[in-house]
Amino acid sequence: MHILVLLKMVPDVVEDLEIASGGTALDLDCQRMILSESDDHALEQALLLKERHGAKLTVLAVDAAEVDDALFTAAAKGADRVMKIVGSDAGLTTRQAARVLSQTIAEEPGLMPVDLILTGVQAIDDLDGLIAPLVADELHMPYLGIITGIALDVSSDTARAIKEYPSGVRGEFQIQLPAVLGIQAAEKPPRYVPVAKIRAAMKTVKIECAQVLTLADGGWPAVNVLEMKQNEPAGHAEMLEGAPAQVSARLCEILAGRGLF
Amino acid sequence: MPDALYLWILTLAAFGLFGHRVFRYVKVLSGARGEKRWDHPGQRLRLVLVNVFGQRRLIEEPVIGLAHLVIFWAFVFYAGSFFWNLVRGLFPFLPIPFADQVGWMRIALEAFGVLGLVALAVAAVRRYIFPPDRLEKSRDATIILGLIAVVLGSSLAGQWFGWRSMWWLHMVTVLGFLAYLPYSKHLHLLASPFAVFFGSLRPGSVPAPSPGASSREEFTWRQLFSGLACAECGRCDRSCPSFQGGFALSPKMLMHHMKELVRDASAGHNGTSFVGDVVKREEIWACTTCLACMERCPVMNEHVPILIEMRRRLVGEGDMDKSLQEAFKNLNRYGNSFGAPPRARSKWTQQLDFPVKDARKEPVQYLWFVGDFASYDPRVNAATCAAARVFHNAGLDFGILCESEQNSGNDLRLAGEEGLYESLQEKNLKAFRKAHFEEIVTTDPHSFQVLKHEYPATNGARSVRHHTQLLSDLVLQDKLPLPKKLHMRVTYHDPCYLGRYNAVFNAPRRVLAALGVELVEMPRNRTYSYCCGAGGGRIWMEDPPVFKERPAVSRVREAASLPNVHTLVVVCPKDLVMFQDALKTAGLESRLQVRELSELVEQAMG
Amino acid sequence: MTGNVCVFAEQWRGQISEATYETLALGREVADKLGAPLTAILTGCNSRNLVRSLGVADSVVYVDHPLLAEILPQTCAAALVQLFLNTRPLALLVPLTNISLGIGTLVGARLGVPVINFCKDIQVAGGRLEARCVMYGGKIEATVGATGDPAVLGIWPGARPAEKGHIERAVPVTDAAVVLEDAEAIRLSKYIEPEAGDVDLTKQDVLVAVGRGIQDRGNLGLAEELAKALGGAVCGSRPVIDQGWLPLSRQIGKSGLTVRPKLYVALGISGAPEHVEGMKGADLIVAVNSDPHAPIFNVAHYGIVGDVLDTLPVLTSMVEARRAHVT
Repeated sequence: MHILVLLKMVPDVVEDLEIASGGTALDLDCQRMILSESDDHALEQALLLKERHGAKLTVLAVDAAEVDDALFTAAAKGADRVMKIVGSDAGLTTRQAARVLSQTIAEEPGLMPVDLILTGVQAIDDLDGLIAPLVADELHMPYLGIITGIALDVSSDTARAIKEYPSGVRGEFQIQLPAVLGIQAAEKPPRYVPVAKIRAAMKTVKIECAQVLTLADGGWPAVNVLEMKQNEPAGHAEMLEGAPAQVSARLCEILAGRGLF
Repeated sequence: MPDALYLWILTLAAFGLFGHRVFRYVKVLSGARGEKRWDHPGQRLRLVLVNVFGQRRLIEEPVIGLAHLVIFWAFVFYAGSFFWNLVRGLFPFLPIPFADQVGWMRIALEAFGVLGLVALAVAAVRRYIFPPDRLEKSRDATIILGLIAVVLGSSLAGQWFGWRSMWWLHMVTVLGFLAYLPYSKHLHLLASPFAVFFGSLRPGSVPAPSPGASSREEFTWRQLFSGLACAECGRCDRSCPSFQGGFALSPKMLMHHMKELVRDASAGHNGTSFVGDVVKREEIWACTTCLACMERCPVMNEHVPILIEMRRRLVGEGDMDKSLQEAFKNLNRYGNSFGAPPRARSKWTQQLDFPVKDARKEPVQYLWFVGDFASYDPRVNAATCAAARVFHNAGLDFGILCESEQNSGNDLRLAGEEGLYESLQEKNLKAFRKAHFEEIVTTDPHSFQVLKHEYPATNGARSVRHHTQLLSDLVLQDKLPLPKKLHMRVTYHDPCYLGRYNAVFNAPRRVLAALGVELVEMPRNRTYSYCCGAGGGRIWMEDPPVFKERPAVSRVREAASLPNVHTLVVVCPKDLVMFQDALKTAGLESRLQVRELSELVEQAMG
Repeated sequence: MTGNVCVFAEQWRGQISEATYETLALGREVADKLGAPLTAILTGCNSRNLVRSLGVADSVVYVDHPLLAEILPQTCAAALVQLFLNTRPLALLVPLTNISLGIGTLVGARLGVPVINFCKDIQVAGGRLEARCVMYGGKIEATVGATGDPAVLGIWPGARPAEKGHIERAVPVTDAAVVLEDAEAIRLSKYIEPEAGDVDLTKQDVLVAVGRGIQDRGNLGLAEELAKALGGAVCGSRPVIDQGWLPLSRQIGKSGLTVRPKLYVALGISGAPEHVEGMKGADLIVAVNSDPHAPIFNVAHYGIVGDVLDTLPVLTSMVEARRAHVT
């Protein structure tokens, strides 16, 4: 059984985001990147499945700033192979990245066959698409998203996946493998791997490089960003100022005024 | 049958039993991880002289200390005389007298015999009528008290009323004692001199890097030996803030587990999982690494290193509570446990009306290592700003590393994440190398500990000082003008990492004296100081669902019990935060306030 | 449908979703500004009775097929692509919800047209559509020119009030047939209902919600005291539930409950769209957060910038005092 996890780096929003001088994109020069949160969950879910079924786990990402950290960490956590796709221009959109990933999965020797492809359900910068359904379409595989649990039946090549719906309802699906699943959350929170193990991985693990096979823009219009700016609170909330005692008193008045007492 | 023959039989049997058991212990210990403890033999001998022959730590509890000292010396003399008599008895043809036939020896034996019996009586009264908390009242202890009494009593009776039957009673008791020794807690008799000799010369240091320990072979021989040397006196438990707070950890039980681990192995059983089954995870994580247990332990046992080794193993397996995991992630990524952006690290300087130098851009004399809490926690910022103003008004040339400063890593080592400590240290050293400074000063005792002892000297930096040491030196040099004397009664909390770890007690007190305040000491002061509960990474961990009272609450109650004292002075950012929270929990906010020393110094500077 | 503004209507378990009404409201606005008709597209199996609820549209296209009984992104996309084979609309608006996520992406990819996600607003400038998108967890707003035929836009819940998009009215319905092949690759086995919590949060008048900003499980008690003083219940955002501090039945947001209490107090909640989706309908929203730029202040009526742990006890005691006065 071979599981493939697709990872992507996104700007770390803990830091203040800066807009580049053109006003239509983020200034990524000094921007720290972090692994997309749901991709982290996808990796964790893959590791859980690997532990349960002895599957082989490959992690694949498009080369980007700080992606090496994420790949070494994945290796330290237990991934068997880590690979990045090099040679593409910086700043692929989601759709371009999905095309690049699919091409590599299909044609890079030693990747196929794949039984299960896991990736995060959505990243914070997925403006023009989603990785999972696009890759599924390119590879002619079934796709389901917002997954929070997976059980594999290796003998029948199927997976039982739990998908989240509104209001806490979940749906259980039978899926024929190979398939692509967009992970919302792993069955357990992403595990901790001590820094010593990551540093050891940096010394012993080699990140394989695959050359990008096709130019990213495959004939559809680029995303036409006219403007990008900080989303300031639009003055929606009336801000109450002062020490806790003052704001609490004011708030009590407001609540009383609304008949909430 | 000649007497000598009976004696030979008994002796061989006793020594045989004794030797067999000791041999098995040695075998188990030699199968453990190695640890070099032969260095500085002179210093080690001195420790033995002071702690074993001088019984220094036992005398901290004066009544039993004195009694134990007497019993100890009685034992030394009686052991000496026993072997003398044994040789004489086994080889009757030897032309040497019996021990008590030698004048001075007889006097010493009589004196110690009588005093010893009195001391035993005191010990018995203490044990059975006024037992201190956490004293293990085992049958073993009763047997020992009885045996020693018989040994002393029979010898005295022999000396006074004639040896006939007393001789055999005496010899049999002692030989029996010898055979029983390795099976009882009185193994500490044999083990403690070695425990002290091979003790750590730097009790505050973290064990050498290792993957951690969860089974017998993974602990070092000295760590296992701690179990054998433990006399179950309970001094560690009595001083442990976690135990007293009702958390899962009992340092004494930990030693007991180590003892069982060695005993079971030497008897041939190797069974349950040590970490998880025998020692519970909650126990391992409950330690604040305040070092009180090790400070009080008369046989210099190593409770904290043992816990750190187990933490390393748990961390290696990713086995920890989520908030600790979150803290580790944040520290690795952002260099602080708050998950706050590194760029905001020096934002606190905006509250000052003068610029603070960036030591990376211009040379300074003092590099001020500020620390996470002092930089990011708004509750501490006031104190940080006060320190800045004090330095500024004292005309000191100081600067900070701004966003290049990372957490010093001290608490990561204690939480078992050695790799993350190394990574943080590397980043800090890189920043140090790019900066220009002559000395390091820090307002954070945790950072002080690791900057002073573990970080290699960078840029030829002349010294690492805590700000209380710097201020104290300035006071001594008359370079700290303090015109506005403060007339207040205060009390002072010795932080663990400054006090017990580094013996810095006088510097802050000198500064307080120079301020004109009246210092009222809390009952638990200096090396007895009671930890606030934040150390060892505990400030990043969740509280257990059930516990009695947080250590910080106990401490502020102690401060509040002092008459007419309304200010608790601290010199550690974590203390500031913990005690402020504790005042809220205990409802003592109107009774006591917590102030950092710099705030008082600033006031006195006018 | 050429030149129409189309809205994909999601039906789930026999009902049209709230997000659909919100999207219809937005679609109505856009269509009116463009002077174009608004068409709602409903897929399902024996769901034709639901078309009446789509009355805000000018017309409805209903696609019935056994394989469309449940909304599966690939199947729905296949159906939509067939609908658009000969008649390309101006724009297709698809709600971005747990139910429909992926449909827009797939339609865009298969038709070779651009897709724009994260839309919370669509403006019309010079006859062209401009999407206002909220990205990066709510921190960045991007204006994206929507071109292509159709322009496929993924709409965040909460873009418009649902009431504005919900009119029960009969409108012309076209039944469209599609051919869908069943690869039998994905089958719904069953729904798993959420465990009944001790409290039905959707019936509470007052909810006190906690987010990561309460820092420690131990501080939950403070929130509970406030909830008690206000006569309500405690709930939480996803991170708090993930940490295990509150059970799943207390989760508010995209994958949890949607609530509309009289008062919603958001403590230490940043206001990421996934959470806001579940509580934006509350009558009165008060937010406390130490970050003045937290997106929650965009949806709150009153905001307090401060430490939750400092404000909470003071507020609770004042409320308790007030309550004691009144009763």
